Amino acid sequence: MESKIEVVELNAGFGSTHVLKNITLSIPRNKVTAIIGPSGCGKSTFVRCLNRIHELVPGAWVRGRVMLDGKNIYDSDADPVEIRRRVGMVFQKPNPFPAMSIFDNVAYGPRIHRMKNIQEVVEDSLRKAALWDEVRHRLKDSPVSLSGGQQQRLCIARALAVKPEVILFDEPCSALDPVSTAKIEELILELKESYTIVIVTHNMQQAARVADYTAFFLMGELIEFGETAQIFENPRDKRTEDYITGRFG
Amino acid sequence: MLGRKLADRLFTGFCIASAALALIPLCSMLYTIIAKGVSVISVDFLTQLPAPAGEGGGFGNAIQGSFIVVGIASAIGIPLGVAAGMYLAEFPNTKLSRAVSFTADVLTGVPSIITGIFAYALIVVNFGGFSALAGGVALATMMIPFIVRTTEEAMKLVPWELREASLALGAPRWRTTLQVVLSTARFGIITGTLLTVARIAGETAPLLFTAFSNRFWFEGLMQPVATLPVMIYTYAISPFDEWHAQAWGGALVLVLMILTLNILVRLAAGRRW
Amino acid sequence: MLALAALLLLVLIRDSWSAISTFGAGFLLSTEWNPVAGRFGALPFIYGTLVSSLLALAIGVPLSLGIAVYLTEIASPRVRAILTPVIELLAAIPSVIIGLWGIFVLAPFVREHLAEPLMEHLGFLPLFKGPAYGYSVLTASLVLAIMIIPIISSISREAILAVPRLQKEGALALGATRFEMITSVVLPYARGAIFGAIMLGLGRAIGETMAVTMVIGNTPKLFTSLLHPGYTMAAVIANEFTEATGDLYLSALIEIGLILFIISMLVNVLARLVIRHVRVPGGA
Repeated sequence: MESKIEVVELNAGFGSTHVLKNITLSIPRNKVTAIIGPSGCGKSTFVRCLNRIHELVPGAWVRGRVMLDGKNIYDSDADPVEIRRRVGMVFQKPNPFPAMSIFDNVAYGPRIHRMKNIQEVVEDSLRKAALWDEVRHRLKDSPVSLSGGQQQRLCIARALAVKPEVILFDEPCSALDPVSTAKIEELILELKESYTIVIVTHNMQQAARVADYTAFFLMGELIEFGETAQIFENPRDKRTEDYITGRFG
Repeated sequence: MLGRKLADRLFTGFCIASAALALIPLCSMLYTIIAKGVSVISVDFLTQLPAPAGEGGGFGNAIQGSFIVVGIASAIGIPLGVAAGMYLAEFPNTKLSRAVSFTADVLTGVPSIITGIFAYALIVVNFGGFSALAGGVALATMMIPFIVRTTEEAMKLVPWELREASLALGAPRWRTTLQVVLSTARFGIITGTLLTVARIAGETAPLLFTAFSNRFWFEGLMQPVATLPVMIYTYAISPFDEWHAQAWGGALVLVLMILTLNILVRLAAGRRW
Repeated sequence: MLALAALLLLVLIRDSWSAISTFGAGFLLSTEWNPVAGRFGALPFIYGTLVSSLLALAIGVPLSLGIAVYLTEIASPRVRAILTPVIELLAAIPSVIIGLWGIFVLAPFVREHLAEPLMEHLGFLPLFKGPAYGYSVLTASLVLAIMIIPIISSISREAILAVPRLQKEGALALGATRFEMITSVVLPYARGAIFGAIMLGLGRAIGETMAVTMVIGNTPKLFTSLLHPGYTMAAVIANEFTEATGDLYLSALIEIGLILFIISMLVNVLARLVIRHVRVPGGA
């Protein structure tokens, strides 16, 4: 397995709260890696460290290394803006920009990065996000008129439009109904052909359905990491087993 | 990429510079008031009547007058404002209360000089000239919209369930409002009221042709009266250096009174909540 | 409250009636202010009020927004906790004291350090023609800008704080710089409240009396140079009310008060239609 991101002894937190403790983990290229664990275990903070969004919260801190293609994104000469372009993110709740049209939402990233052929990029991204057919006639409308599931796919299209290499999904379905959830999961499986994907989820069935690899976090520590089938069928750690069999969490 | 970064740096620099720039006048003001005011202040300055330029004298009567005029304004403005605010909070969502509440918001923006004209037309013209009462009415007119809004806000913070709990015990509406809601909201109302008092204590424009001025101690409600802000103004635009210095002394006294009240109220509010 | 508003308006109309009926609409357009001859026109005051207030906005609005962004997005929590109340403190200082500072600190500074370079480099513009006075429209506008900064920056700060964190992170996660995030996401989201904040600031500037009276030079002329003295509606009332001899003179001043009242109420209504129930530091 070839790794896209190598996390080495990552520690993070807010003020005096230590959220992530010494996480070391390899995220394989062009695979889906799921992060599971009970709420408050640091899984969201973990992915937010992978694109340097975590540090923007007042009082937040990070120590350790996150190697993206062998280069530490926390090096002093690393540019967080460029890293966030290469490592896209889809958030827990759909967050389209309400003051912009559907088209402008997707075009936002390409425009700030001065990309060419914006029209094509937007159409292509919307197609990849399986939203094109639903919105092609209302590109000028406000995204507020879309359903929750459509808004989330719009946010995926928006993330795809800047041509990222990695996409982080932070519980992308927690605010969606089962039908929309199924669509997003289908989409994630298609996207792994071209992207490295990390998905945070509190839904173990979801991890089992979409992920090639799964990492189990508990109280800020990485308990176990391995192929999804192995984690679910044959966990090595007692705590993983307890969680998976529903004894806590 | 370089251009984007440069724009970001310039913007960040501009924001920091704005904050720094805004502090310059504030620091300059506080520094000048203290530097020029401290040497003027003495027991005599605080207790003596004003004297012609070159003969010393003090702002004693103006300090006394300010307390009197602000007192009159509070006696008129606070009961009226609190009553109107209570009405708005207890009967929300009627057409009338929405209109009144909006008007109160808008009236907080009435230029202060206009309330002076108002009190002039109402009191000065009809009751034989400039008076402490007219000054009080002018300041009360300014106060009322603020008190209304602050009362309304404080009372709306009281959970509706609390009212229902009282009503369910068989308490009549007026008792519920006065005993349960008002007593729960009283801290917020007092805080907002004191801040409003601090605000109007520094007002000058409404007093120029209502309370007017006076070189003697307080002579009665229907007589003109000296106040600290008007005295500072008169001395500031006078041609005498000694009076300018005294204006700074007056400014220090006024600022100390207002800021002390402000800070005490905010500290008390901070501790409570 | 409604009665109070109606009473204010009625009293102003009643007492300005003799001026209204004597001069009609010409009052608004005449530039002559001659108490001795009994001829009164309000234009220099309306003009002076509008120019000084708009110039104050031109100076104060960018600074206020800069401060609001600094306090919400850039400053560390500790700096923010100290600086926010300190800037609002500016709103608690009485206007007569700001005027006092204007006379003895700001006006000399403008005359000696600001007007000279402006005349030297921009003197070809009528706006910056000499000779330079300390008591000038420019000084008045600076004083007004100082007074409206706490209002506009504090309401804008609250508006920016109300922008959901998820919206800001959405833009940053796409690789936007802070500047791009603020101009494309934050400002559009908060623009309604920021517009309201600017209107409240304008209303305050239009109605401000003492600080302006003390530094604007009080000369009823249609100035073109900002370095020259001017006069405002509020200032002429403050200055001449007690000296107004004759009913017509007084009535003309009250009519100016009526115009001032109407203009500032319109601006305030506009502001309040956008933002209801915000705490305005200092107030009017």
